[in-house]
Amino acid sequence: MKAKIRKIVTFVEETRSEMGKAVTPPTRRAAAAAVVENPFAGKYVEDLAELMEIGEELGTLLTERAVAALGIPGPSAESYGKAAAVGENGELEHAAAILHPKLGTPVRKVLGTGAALIPSSKKRGGPGMPIDIPLGHKDAAFVRSHFDGMEIRVNDAPRANEILVAIAVTDSGRPLPRVGGLTKEQIKGEDGLR
Amino acid sequence: MPEVRVRKRAIIIEEIFHEGGPPAEKPLRRGAALVVIDNPFAGKYVPEIASFMEDLKPLGLDMAKSLVAALGGHPKAIEGYGKGAIVGQHGELEHGALWHVPGGYAMREILGGAKAIVASTKKVGSLGTRLDVPITHINASYVRSHFDAMEVGINDAPRADEILLALVMTTGPRIHARVGGLKASEIKGEDGLR
Repeated sequence: MKAKIRKIVTFVEETRSEMGKAVTPPTRRAAAAAVVENPFAGKYVEDLAELMEIGEELGTLLTERAVAALGIPGPSAESYGKAAAVGENGELEHAAAILHPKLGTPVRKVLGTGAALIPSSKKRGGPGMPIDIPLGHKDAAFVRSHFDGMEIRVNDAPRANEILVAIAVTDSGRPLPRVGGLTKEQIKGEDGLR
Repeated sequence: MPEVRVRKRAIIIEEIFHEGGPPAEKPLRRGAALVVIDNPFAGKYVPEIASFMEDLKPLGLDMAKSLVAALGGHPKAIEGYGKGAIVGQHGELEHGALWHVPGGYAMREILGGAKAIVASTKKVGSLGTRLDVPITHINASYVRSHFDAMEVGINDAPRADEILLALVMTTGPRIHARVGGLKASEIKGEDGLR
């Protein structure tokens, strides 16, 4: 493995009621996050190919971990998202190199499908900084019930020369969706949008 | 007897490979089971609260079982533990103290009669409040390599009328433990201390 991983953290959240109203079945989200060494910390490097390969490795590893944490087969996942936080000696472009060129294909391989763009966010910061992973339906980005986000944080990461990379997967949308829009039953599945 | 009403559950698993030193043969795993419940005593002073401890026992057992499962399913693999509570702002610290008996009892039961007192902490807080849950060896509090802690929290809990309950377990010593003291291999196991 190219990625030098210090730590992997998984998070599972299960919401069973909101405002006293039962959520049936409960909605569940999982995120898997890896803390990796940033090979380019502290200097400007033109060619970011190594980080792209790290992204490809993490796409498989973290998606498998997140799905396993939910205890479901990959194709049962409904929405997904990704995010990276670069420690203070790195640049935002390092997060972009991990997230955008090669990470998506292995994510979709683990999940079976994934026509929709994987929503993403990135930032720079220090240990303990919360990151909000945006979530969207994996086959149709416009499914409104699945517009969501999941906050995670790892108290001792990212250190200055590290990058925190996270992938979130759900088996459901928001707990009590009722603002209309495209529903998952209406997905046509042709363009990843509707 | 007040009913135990669960809004949300979360499981967090950290897998630590190294912290700058040589990667351990067996990565350290730290896990937390978190549950957000209604605080039946929120907003008023209630003199008699102790009976709620009995009501919390099934929940404690369920959390301890889920946590062992998330850490690999083998109670014998668990070497450290701790517990804690965050009480929402309409509650009092004493409500957090209700967790001592059911939380501790649950872990001892599931881990097959662990001997050491379960390290604990608690506070009043709000949404996103973090709690550093102390951790000690399950059979001998003085085992120095197992003095540890895990930071936990949930971004949308506890609401003012809620309590966040936490159980924490670890599968080994700190990843690069090397400050001496009583070793796990030297435990006498008579008094829960040494």
